[in-house]
Amino acid sequence: MAEETKPAAPANFKVTIDNITIEVAPGTTILNAARKIGGDVTPPAMCYYSKLQGSGGKCRTCLVEVSKGSEKDPRPMPKLVASCRTTVMDGMEVKNITSDKVTDARNGVVEFLLINHPLDCPICDQAGECHLQDLGYEHGKEGTRFEFKRREFEKEDIGSYIQLHMTRCILCYRCTYVADQLTDKRVHGILDRGDHAEISTYISKAIENDFSGNMIDVCPVGALTDKTFRFKNRVWFTKPVYAHRNCENPDCCGKATLWLRGDEVFRVTVRKDEWGEVQSYDGKAGWICNTCRFDKKQTSDWQIEGLANINRHSVIAQGKYPGLVVPKETIKEVMDGRAPKLIMDIHEVSGVNDPTLDLSKINGPAHSNNFAPNPNVEDHLRS
Amino acid sequence: MARKLLLEKAHVENIRLYDVYRREGGYRSVEKALKTLSPDAVTEEVKKSGLRGRGGAGFPTGMKWSFLAKPEGVPRYLVVNADESEPGTFKDRYLMEFIPHLLIEGMIVSAFALGSNVSYIYIRGEYAWIPDILEQAIAEAKQNGWLGKNILGSGFDCEIYVQRGAGAYICGEETALIESLEGKRGNPRIKPPFPAVKGLWDCPTVVNNVETIAAVVPIINDGGEEYAKIGVGKSTGTKLISACGNLNKPGVYEIDMTISVEEFIYSDEYCGGIPNGKKLKACIPGGSSVPILPANLLLKTTKGESRMMNYESLSDGGFATGSMMGSGGFIVFDEDQCVVRHTLSLARFYHHESCGQCSPCREGTGWMEKILKNIEYGKGKMSDIDLLWDIQRKIEGNTICPLGDAAAWPVAAAIRHFRDEFEWHVLNPDESQRRNYGLMHYADPIHVPVTA
Repeated sequence: MAEETKPAAPANFKVTIDNITIEVAPGTTILNAARKIGGDVTPPAMCYYSKLQGSGGKCRTCLVEVSKGSEKDPRPMPKLVASCRTTVMDGMEVKNITSDKVTDARNGVVEFLLINHPLDCPICDQAGECHLQDLGYEHGKEGTRFEFKRREFEKEDIGSYIQLHMTRCILCYRCTYVADQLTDKRVHGILDRGDHAEISTYISKAIENDFSGNMIDVCPVGALTDKTFRFKNRVWFTKPVYAHRNCENPDCCGKATLWLRGDEVFRVTVRKDEWGEVQSYDGKAGWICNTCRFDKKQTSDWQIEGLANINRHSVIAQGKYPGLVVPKETIKEVMDGRAPKLIMDIHEVSGVNDPTLDLSKINGPAHSNNFAPNPNVEDHLRS
Repeated sequence: MARKLLLEKAHVENIRLYDVYRREGGYRSVEKALKTLSPDAVTEEVKKSGLRGRGGAGFPTGMKWSFLAKPEGVPRYLVVNADESEPGTFKDRYLMEFIPHLLIEGMIVSAFALGSNVSYIYIRGEYAWIPDILEQAIAEAKQNGWLGKNILGSGFDCEIYVQRGAGAYICGEETALIESLEGKRGNPRIKPPFPAVKGLWDCPTVVNNVETIAAVVPIINDGGEEYAKIGVGKSTGTKLISACGNLNKPGVYEIDMTISVEEFIYSDEYCGGIPNGKKLKACIPGGSSVPILPANLLLKTTKGESRMMNYESLSDGGFATGSMMGSGGFIVFDEDQCVVRHTLSLARFYHHESCGQCSPCREGTGWMEKILKNIEYGKGKMSDIDLLWDIQRKIEGNTICPLGDAAAWPVAAAIRHFRDEFEWHVLNPDESQRRNYGLMHYADPIHVPVTA
């Protein structure tokens, strides 16, 4: 009898997300596969953080519909799944923005998250960098249906560097993973349960570990903010530049983003990638120590490399065009090649934002001199 | 008289003691399994029996066992889920309290089938007196050679430990139970990986309900096929039902799943009808998390046939016209009961027990309770009913563990079948407020209205 041979597992799995097919290595999560495609097909993630082991699955913002399980078992999955914790199978088909169920569930999650998150963006230091702000803008509703008293917390001082605003916390658990995985002498965690759950120290201790500042960077909202930066500036008024220094701490990568106003260093953070996560270098996560973050506030402490890459979607992009990451446009691919129907082309009636002008090539903020009168528009207006 | 397998000897005097239990034929299944059967053969018998998990989900037990990963040199664990915390469900307590050796016997056989040398009973903290009973039974079993090293010379070693929980409903969810057993906060894990692959201390683990494990004893004693002859369809064997609410004879009953719901409620053999001759209004047939059914849907299926006390018949037609067998917590409401009030009571429970890990459950359960409180106290709006419906819809299926569903289903079913009662509360705020709130132990004193 001939020996039965099993077909070898494919080196890469084909997965289709919102009608776009991509090949990824087995073990890749749906979210990371979608991130490879980029653009709108990438589900949002409030609690997942690729550099923090075990994170994800809690906030439920990344829920997607698996309309085909795999080539072998094409049955759809019965419930929406957390894309950050579900690995792809060969032949899997996933719906993100093309699924009404997903959109509906995500709207619901945003509503739930905003129940106990005050919209104090005008005074919040996270404004402009807040993932919940972005999520609410893209998936939220105009008003709220919640008519009850929202939870409040006593102010708690958790150390000289970090301010905890528990009222803003969405319990994503990211800071607890940082504490678990980056710092020793962990002193904080989650107390209580349900909607009484809170981040706190046990009991009224200060968080003073060398790497505790990274908890600020992983917080997707303004629950943990930098005491040395609070209320000093709005992030979109500062200029982010990449810089590095030879840090003596062996666990610190020494590569950071300085947020400048003139020559004044307002703030030091880790470098972040386009998903708002710490930028990896040479296969290592790019965490920085508290000395780099809180004590090195002179430009002379650093060797400045140049302007930081900022996603053009971000409000921080205001006025700093070079080095921007241009978001990928996926709508045409998602819609099976159909481009969205343009009701009115603004360029036909206005000379502002001339489409022939590449903003990324302008050195510095754009102003009226960059926009020469468009003869077509002039004709259009005269006709 | 229905055939009894689990509670047959429960009323024998001192059956809790080893000598009496052994005299009544106890530990025969261990002898049979360890001396005449292989572990795979035991699993095969369980598969043949068609036994479905008695904790609530009703997943086939034999199949669950066969999913257990068996890597070389890695221990496997059997964990018995005795964290019986669902309102209306109290059947496992009865088994453990009155006939503890049945559970121990079932655990030894099951552990043998699974290749587990160490097993745990995770019991809810509120059952404060039962761990002592179990520990005594374990000590007696060990003294008589049924536990320990090389049991009956078979080469199989088995130890059983009792672990008390601190009293959290979520710790009855299998992965939260495992977290708690490991000494951590009882938060559910995200699946996959499933416990059968990575469970207790990252080792392959089977988590089974008390009643499920106890049922292994008659299955091995009489054979899987014999067990499968009892019952009907995929609802084989007997099932413990904990009946409570407006019944003349509330209690724990062992049924063979061929009787009708009507017979169960009204016959003298079981619950003996409703006190004072009142009419049946509704029933939650499977523990508080399953949908409530009004009397007309409870007694008849969509085809107009009698609804039976089994998995298939109770879920007939889905949640629009059916419910679930669940854990067998049978809660009956007479005509005087207020569905809104009871739904508020359940919503409060699930809000209180939400672990807070995932957003829909953490925030949604509290929101539902607040709205229900307003409606119950005559402060609700008509739009609140639709809002409530929408909130439960956004919780269901979108959470890490089934607690979200457990919180959403009772609210959904109450609105689906008793919307007029919700509307009555909204339209008659004064009358709603005049009702006797002295019974509402859980009422927030701030919100208790002044009665006329």
